[in-house]
Amino acid sequence: MDTFLQQLINGLTTGSVYAIVALGYTMVYGVIQLINFAHGEVVMIGAMVAFSVIMALVGAGTGLPPALVVLLGVLAAVPVCMAIGYALERLAYRPLRHAPRLAPLITAIGMSIILQHLALLIWGRDPRAFPQILENASFAIGGAAISTVQIAIILLSLLMMAGLTWFVHRTKFGIAIRATAEDVRVAALMGIDANRVIAATFVIGAALGAVAGVMVGTYYGIAHYTMGFVLGLKAFSAAVLGGIGNLAGAMLGGIVLGLVEALGTGYISEISDLCQWPLVGELLTERCAAEGHVILFGSNYQDVFAFLVLILVLVFRPSGLLGERVAERA
Amino acid sequence: MSAAAPLLLEARNISKRFGGVQALKDVSLTIRTGEIYGLIGPNGAGKTTFFNVLTGLYQRDSGDVLFADQALDLTSPNRVAAAGIARTFQNIRLFGNMTALENVMVGRHVRTRAGVFGAILRTASQRAEEAAIRRRALELLHYVGIAHRAHDLARHLSYGDQRRLEIARALATEPKLLALDEPAAGMNATETAGLRQLIEGLRNDGLTVLLIEHDVKLVMGLCDRIAVLDYGEKIAEDVPAVVQKDPKVIAAYLGGAG
Repeated sequence: MDTFLQQLINGLTTGSVYAIVALGYTMVYGVIQLINFAHGEVVMIGAMVAFSVIMALVGAGTGLPPALVVLLGVLAAVPVCMAIGYALERLAYRPLRHAPRLAPLITAIGMSIILQHLALLIWGRDPRAFPQILENASFAIGGAAISTVQIAIILLSLLMMAGLTWFVHRTKFGIAIRATAEDVRVAALMGIDANRVIAATFVIGAALGAVAGVMVGTYYGIAHYTMGFVLGLKAFSAAVLGGIGNLAGAMLGGIVLGLVEALGTGYISEISDLCQWPLVGELLTERCAAEGHVILFGSNYQDVFAFLVLILVLVFRPSGLLGERVAERA
Repeated sequence: MSAAAPLLLEARNISKRFGGVQALKDVSLTIRTGEIYGLIGPNGAGKTTFFNVLTGLYQRDSGDVLFADQALDLTSPNRVAAAGIARTFQNIRLFGNMTALENVMVGRHVRTRAGVFGAILRTASQRAEEAAIRRRALELLHYVGIAHRAHDLARHLSYGDQRRLEIARALATEPKLLALDEPAAGMNATETAGLRQLIEGLRNDGLTVLLIEHDVKLVMGLCDRIAVLDYGEKIAEDVPAVVQKDPKVIAAYLGGAG
């Protein structure tokens, strides 16, 4: 099996999901410079709602085609998440719009905890096995395998990214969002209602997050009330990597982060196998002869990569790959 | 331009204080429909503060404004824009990362209706409205003479073109009153001459213009009437020939320069 190609495919899949979630962070940051830490929880609730709907439909034995059942799950998750996104902005953040920046930030963390525990009350503390009803065929390409679910996730993500790009560049409301992100007061002079634009970025971000939640649930086959935390942090790292506030940056950052993570995970045990190292290997000849490998870091170190990237970006290029606006502001 | 032209704007006793500084003190002035009205004064006299109060960017302490026979709601910039006052900024404030065309399209926002869901659902009326916005924005770029830069990012335009773009964006809101904050600042002689033509053209097309300007020659040549502010107070208001000879005005300028 071709490890490199396989990890590229896996990385592209998770990277697409990171990119979609990162868009939610970056859009909100773009207009109000708030890191909405509750966004990861919105994604989780999207997965949970879809889980309930899919379970109910499967349990009722409706006999609907599996793809339609999953689609109905998505269609249920999207409006629920949009409503939560709107409520977050309206009830939690808007009253703090002119407060010192620390206040909304801490509120965001609070909202994250509230949503997580709301999910705990509704869906329980056990991981919920996402029904694997989609026929998951694998195709071989050049020594690696790609599944239909992976293809679907990548294509759907690209479609959403293209749709959002089109929306913000081509429609009147999209242009209003960009104008507000650049200068909220001048945008108001042009008759743009900043409150509507800000609410819209939350709602659009939450809708994308809902779809991402269902994709994650379907891909890993599991949904849990804490799943939004690490996923949210990684997507946030992706947004920072691309340059927070920059839409194209969030997309690029998500994909790059997914690839780094997958390749890192794929090669870390090989690289950290002490028996392969010239000097250390000689010291451990006996153990190496007996066990074959002395591996320092296994693939359970997967989550380290995203945060390593975050730290490196913050140290060496705080404005991110495509970001210039943050540098101007800082 | 006759003295009998109806009033467009009447500001009454506008006051604004920043901490210990009285930036505006009971400023009253009247602008008639179709005139070019100049607002001059030494640096720090309160001209820009007056603009900011008039366009809802600063909240006034007292006073009120009648605009087109209605009390003007000064509490938010988008209401002022909807009432028909548009402005440009002394330090140009364009949306730098958007194209010239998009900048002007943003200005159409105040006069158009369709919202988020229309944009996503692509209703026929939404598509028609967006086509109309694009068309009108291009016309305005033509009008100010920078249609050839329509698809360049605003921050890549030359200084003079950025000033023109800001005027086009303001015109897109269909104002009754266009307020220009030092439009000639930083311009060379050729650019200033071009700007003068543009402003005269605006007046000939029926627009009323409120002009803050440091270039005294431009103000005296262009304006029908002028108000002079000094330390937040209006010290004179008349036709240029009279204001020019007013001893208080001369003292304010010489005192301010000295």
